[in-house]
Amino acid sequence: MSLLEVQQLTRRFGGLVAVNGVDFAVNEGEILAVIGPNGAGKSTLFKLITAFLRPSSGRVVFQGEVISALKPHVVARKGVVRTFQETTIFREMTALQNVVVAHHLRTRASSLGIFFNFPTARADEAGFRESAAEILDYLGLGAVKDAQARGLPHGYLRALGIALAMAAEPKVLLLDEPFSGMNPEETDRAVRMVQGIRDRGVTVLLVEHDMSAVMRISDRIVVLNFGTKIAEGTPAQIRQNDAVIEAYLGSEDEAL
Amino acid sequence: MRQTMPASDLGWGQLGLTAARLAGLALLALVYLVALPVWFAGSNYILGVLTNASILSFISLGVWVTFAIGRINISQGAFALIGGYTAAILSTRHGVSFWLCLPLAGLVAAAVGTIIGIAILRLRGVYFAMITLSLTEAVRLAFLNGGAFTQGASGIVNIPRPDALEIFGLTIIPAFRGADPLPYYFLAATLLILGLLAVWRLTTSRLGWVFRSMRQNEELAASIGINVAKYRVIAYGFSCFLGGVGGAFFAAFHQNIYPATYSVTDSVNFMLYCFLGGLDFVFGPVVGAFLLVISFELLHDLQQYQALIYGILMISCILWLPNGILSLTFRRGQAPEGEEEAAAPVPDPSGKPRGSPT
Repeated sequence: MSLLEVQQLTRRFGGLVAVNGVDFAVNEGEILAVIGPNGAGKSTLFKLITAFLRPSSGRVVFQGEVISALKPHVVARKGVVRTFQETTIFREMTALQNVVVAHHLRTRASSLGIFFNFPTARADEAGFRESAAEILDYLGLGAVKDAQARGLPHGYLRALGIALAMAAEPKVLLLDEPFSGMNPEETDRAVRMVQGIRDRGVTVLLVEHDMSAVMRISDRIVVLNFGTKIAEGTPAQIRQNDAVIEAYLGSEDEAL
Repeated sequence: MRQTMPASDLGWGQLGLTAARLAGLALLALVYLVALPVWFAGSNYILGVLTNASILSFISLGVWVTFAIGRINISQGAFALIGGYTAAILSTRHGVSFWLCLPLAGLVAAAVGTIIGIAILRLRGVYFAMITLSLTEAVRLAFLNGGAFTQGASGIVNIPRPDALEIFGLTIIPAFRGADPLPYYFLAATLLILGLLAVWRLTTSRLGWVFRSMRQNEELAASIGINVAKYRVIAYGFSCFLGGVGGAFFAAFHQNIYPATYSVTDSVNFMLYCFLGGLDFVFGPVVGAFLLVISFELLHDLQQYQALIYGILMISCILWLPNGILSLTFRRGQAPEGEEEAAAPVPDPSGKPRGSPT
């Protein structure tokens, strides 16, 4: 069944239509990739789904509820959590502190309770610390959990970004170009990591340039070009789709 | 590779409270609460300066909290003014006890700050700084043109001194009388210590970490479900509360308040105390305020050069000590980043040099 539905989603920036009447559904437990040449509207689509941008028209429905009019933190609370392109983390904290802060959604204590350190607040913190350590271990960051985040190497930062999102207990995890800038070996590891996350019961929606990784990892693929959906299907179907090949031939050269 | 860790490992809550540091703090409190008042008991002037510095520090603590969420706040003068007028009006016209005026002034300032904050806290960086600066001026003008309610430029004078604080007929604090500066000194010192404890608790609790996460990246904070709008209003309201209480204290201390009591200069000063002392340290605004207030008094003799010397001092501090004066003393003892980074085993999967720009 579909967990998340994008319905006739459109976003204009002045005269430019960045996303144009896009329709697709994400099924529970699958890995769905959104691909497309540069400027196809992938990032805008991402921001629309997580409510960082408001659609010009159309809507996003999650578990039967329209989420595209909500605030980003409310969407996160519902279980739709995104990561960011590149390495957006809290730089001036340790890896562990990053992930503990990211457990905020699970807070049971009130602000006053936290201020006065009531038992619920202390229980929260102990639980967060344990869970954060577990998430870091799971994503291969256990050894660097006490290192300052800004000093971590590139590959670790990306994993830390995913750890932050995982701490918010997503039902749908949106990954913004999780494999960009990685060498094949790092990509292999990241692909396994994303599959592992899916195996934990998290539905994954990812935006990506790296075609080979996408073909390997995705259950289904949605292809955008100039803001419009031009194809949708399994990797095998997409590989043979004429519209996709046409859209990609030019831009692949460009990218290289 | 999991190790069990002591609770202090996260670096909050028990933030580096070693026995040595506790002893240092106790000594500092002893000097502040006992040695200084005994030493200067005869000198109303010096006690006055210290009282002044204490409450200016107290008010600046609020600005420091707004720095914690990544906002440059130049509106603290406005809330000191609101608090001061609240206390002045309540005590002169309605006979409300000073001891009730003090928290009420803070609450009124916090309420006004919350309402204004909801609107202006969307702004960031220099835009927020500019609008808060204008807010100081707007509030001053509002009190200037407040008609009979605020008594315009003539202000409110003859504000009563703090009366006795009695609970069930038991006198907790006797009424402040005459020109004795000691009660004011002790009240100011108590307020400052309470304010410091509150801010210290705030920043070391998980709330402080939520604030820090917002300062470092608001979008990321929102993406993990932090209600950014709510927490920045909490921080700003807290800041305004301190401003209001401080303003109420000064109203009773000077026994008068005018629209010109707090101008843009004062708002800027509150911010500069934080900068000078150091934004990474709860003690920052205290060090900054005491240093500037006292040096201001010392430079009094050089009347005509005062502003010049003051300015040069300021600029050199910003140039050579961008992290504040306290960054000097704590560089050796605290520096958690450098040490931990070096200590952590960091296998490098990407082959890039560590700390390379990303």
